[in-house]
Parts: sequence; C-alpha cells; structure tokens
Amino acid sequence: MSNVTTNNSSIGVVETHYHTYAQRGKEHKLESGESLGPITIAYETYGKLNKDKSNAILALHALSGDAHAAGVHKGEDNKGWWDDMIGPDKAFDTNRYFVICSNVIGGCKGSTGPSSVNQATGKPYALDFPFITVADMVHAQRHLIDYLGIENLLCVAGGSMGGMQVLQWVASYPNRVKAAIPIATTLKHSPQQIAFNEVIRQSIMADPAWREGNYYEYGQPEKGLSVARMIGHITFMSDQSMEKKFSRRLKKDQFSFGFDPDFEVEGYLHYRGANFVKRFDANSYLYITKAIDYFDLSGSKLIPAGKSIDTRFLIISFKSDWLYPAYQSQDIVRLLKKRHVDATYCELSSTYGHDAFLVEIEEQTTLIKHFLDKTFNGYMVVKNYGS
Amino acid sequence: MAAENIHLDYSIIYSIIEQGSRVLDLGCGEGDLLYPLVRDKQIRAQGIELNDKAIQECVKKGLSVFQDDIENSLREYPDNSFDYVILNQSMQEVRKVDCVIQDALRIGSKVIIGFPNFAYFKSRIMLFFRGRSPITGSLPYLWFDTPNVRFLSITDFKNFCAEKKIRIIEDHYLDDKKIVHLLPNLLAMNAVFVITKQDVTR
Repeated sequence: MSNVTTNNSSIGVVETHYHTYAQRGKEHKLESGESLGPITIAYETYGKLNKDKSNAILALHALSGDAHAAGVHKGEDNKGWWDDMIGPDKAFDTNRYFVICSNVIGGCKGSTGPSSVNQATGKPYALDFPFITVADMVHAQRHLIDYLGIENLLCVAGGSMGGMQVLQWVASYPNRVKAAIPIATTLKHSPQQIAFNEVIRQSIMADPAWREGNYYEYGQPEKGLSVARMIGHITFMSDQSMEKKFSRRLKKDQFSFGFDPDFEVEGYLHYRGANFVKRFDANSYLYITKAIDYFDLSGSKLIPAGKSIDTRFLIISFKSDWLYPAYQSQDIVRLLKKRHVDATYCELSSTYGHDAFLVEIEEQTTLIKHFLDKTFNGYMVVKNYGS
Repeated sequence: MAAENIHLDYSIIYSIIEQGSRVLDLGCGEGDLLYPLVRDKQIRAQGIELNDKAIQECVKKGLSVFQDDIENSLREYPDNSFDYVILNQSMQEVRKVDCVIQDALRIGSKVIIGFPNFAYFKSRIMLFFRGRSPITGSLPYLWFDTPNVRFLSITDFKNFCAEKKIRIIEDHYLDDKKIVHLLPNLLAMNAVFVITKQDVTR
C-alpha cells in the first residue's frame, strides 16, 4: 500500500473522564418506558477538537469493550481496544481528528450499569436495573456529545455491536452524522445470533453463584460467566483461523483420558473465560446481549421510506465472519441503494472470522483513511489525487 | 480539459456525460473513467466492482463503490435512479446480459454501452483464413483464459436494440486511436452506444 502503513506510534498516556446527567427529576426515559438516573458515562478523547468543531469522530465499542479505545493509562501497559486504528497517522488520525469513545450504558466499565449503585437503595442495581436497548445507548452518547459542545459528528464508526450503534445514530440523529462506518455488523439480529446469546445468558443464569443476579457481595458467577465467554470466543473465530491457531495440538504430549483440557483449543477457551470473569460483570453481559437481540433497524426503520439522507457510508464486512456474515452487511447496502444514499461497500478477505475487524488493520486503514479524508475535505481531495 | 492519457472510449464517454449527472459505472475497475468526471464535471458517481484491489484504488480516489458483481447489483435501485448507467467493456463478461441491460435501462435514463466488435476485419481474417479464434487489440485473450462470455458484433447489437424496442441515441465507432466513420461493423474495433427506453429526444 502506498502511503498507508500500519504504524506503532501511539497516542500515549490517556485518561478516562466521567460525565453524569439525568439527575433526580430529570431521569432518562428509556425505550422500555422505564426511567434511569442519574447516569454516568465514562469516556475518553484523543486528539484536539478544532475551532469550528467539525472534526469529531465517535468510536463505538463492541459487546465487552469500554471507553479505553487508544493509548495507555498511566502506569499500565494495556493498550486501548482499537489502538491499531486510533492514533497519530492511523486510520482515525489524531493529528487531524478529535476521537471520542464512551462506555455504553448497561456496561461495567465506568458507565452506569447493573453493577452500579442504585441511589434509591444504596446497593448495586442487579436485576433492578432497567432493560436498555441500543437506541438507549445512543441517546446517552448524544447527551455526552451535547455536553462536549459538539453539534455535528464528522463520523461515527464501530464494529459488531459498535456497528449497530453506528446504524442507530443514523436512524436517530441523521442530521448530526456526516459519515457512518458500520463494520462487521447487521441491521437486525438473526435467529442464529439470538440463539447464541440465549445460550450465553442461560449459562450465566444456570450457575447457582449467579443468585438471581444478587451476587455482588459474594463474587461473580465465575463458572457460568466463563462458559458464556467461551461460547462467544468460538463465534468470533473461523474454522480456518482455529485450524491455524490450534489445529489438534495437545497441551501435553499425550491424551489424559480425563476431562481436563487436552487440546490447545480447550486451554485457550478456558484461559479466555477465566480472564473475562476478572474484567466483566455477569449481569452486564445479560443486559447487553439482550439489548443487541432487540436490535432491528430493518425495513424503513433506518431511513424512512421515500426519504434520503446526506450521511455517507463506508460498510465493511469480512469473508470468513460467520457470526455477522457478509450478507448482513449487503442487506445494509441494499437498503441504502433504495434510498439513494452515497455509500461504499467492501468485503475484505480475511481468515480471522468476526475477530477480523480488530486485527485486519492494513486494508481497513486504507479504506477508512481515504473515506474520512473525502468526507472532511470534500472534492478538494479528489482534485488533489495524484498531484 | 478532457481526461488525459486515457483510452479513446473513455474520452468519448467523458464528453457524453453532462455536468452534475448521476452516474452508475458497472465494472468500474480502479475508477479511471469516473475519476475525471467527478473531478471536472462534479458528477454524483457510484461504481460497482468485484476486484479487491480495484475497490481500494477507487476509495483512494474518493469514489463511492460497491463490491458486488454486476448481475446482482441492480435490482434494488428504484426506477430512474441515475442519468447514466455505464457498461463499458464489461457487458461481454455478463451472463444474463439481457436482464442487466433491461435493468440498466430501468434505473438509468440513458445507458452507455461500450464493447469490442467481434466482426472487426482482423477477427474475420483470423477466423476465415487461419481458422483460429480471433485475438485482437480489443479481444486480447486466448480461448481458455478469456473473461468474456458474450461475443457480439455491432450489427448484432443494433438488431438486439431493434428487437427489444431500445432506442439508440448515439453511436460511436473506434479503432485503436481514431474514430471510424466507414463500415463500422467491418472496420471498428470497439463501439460505444448511448441507448434509452424512454421517449425523450435529445
């Protein structure tokens, strides 16, 4: 690739900020009809907002993600979840753009969710937390954007559940979004996707340590949550990537003829499950999987029939992704054709399955970088091409 | 300023398309046809292309493009979505060519079709005297590696249009570097037609 290469430069040390709104009397009305408040949103920003506030990009995280999208926290060395894409000279170039990432409501990484303290009782919400939807997540983000004094977003971008939030932004606030980049996502959860989520939820709820959601004094339902995450990880990979990563390799030289993990793939899943328990709240997993199962912007719900919008689209899918298969991205494309929306669709070759959106950096960088350039600078870029 | 250093068929198509038109290019490749039109004539362009690398090149040029094959790509567009639908040097690679042309005529007020003429005299010579499948400048492939599935002459295409009640608004015949005026079905290597189903006169 010509002028685009993946690079290791980082945004450096970053900090998570918190914004609280929807105080008593001004509670946030949710799609379910219930109210939630006060609401705290954890967020990070990278780069500088320009004078006319026209360079703001909202990055939206997937199911278990958080506000920490790029850089490192002081004294720690784990990079943000999209650090390969956000930073100086990267796809979302922080020398040019102001990038915001916030944790979704219902989550457990600083934004209000089922593990947060319910001010009415002084205890964690647990199952008293109201059901939330992807639209509720987006409305909360809109509050944050208002608070930051930004009227229009140059771009909203994200993969998987992040992609659903991208589409929801366009459906809810079409005039405030100049460009949308939904990656490896869908207009609506399919029965297969709902089925996987139901098995994930049932495995959490089947663990006696879940205690009808009231486990906060005792510790996480580790077994159930770990199995739930193992199921998730199977769906994130492809047959091909698993073959390459594990094949039938054994952890030890021979079969144990017991039920401890013999194969590397088993060990990997156990490792992933055990790690997840340390970092993610079980009830949040229940609420968020439910939110994405409810997600459906098919038909006229994304853009009303007979209407068009000025938002430009870049839609990306991956050939080996069977959790959010390419046909679901093509459904988005078909809808945009009907509504005469300016859009680009690219189906990238990758063997990584659904995980590809986090690891296939080079081609995504080329696409996103130039797409943003055109959105930001208009035809000037086109005129300058090759000169 | 017309597009520089490009094929003769590109500059013919470039001059046909008016300022600010809505244009769909089927099989747009790396966007070399659309790019000067966007730059100079502010057209609203959409490309359709299958090749991975070509898609990336289009995006680098600031063009909007869908990765899809031509036959599956037209159904969803409402009638008259475009002023021009271009099928330049891609029609001969399409299997359901009749459906694609009819769909193109439905979604575009005008369709620009460019294709290699199978009845070009050099093809005829190769076939008649040497008994070999023709290989010419516009049909450069061997029988076993050609992407082409349709082989037609200028006369074939005109007959097709007459039979399907498609109006030919413009026709251009070209050799390697120049326009052909005489006996196009014999002397032209390539042809560019502008066709419509609508009842408008230009």
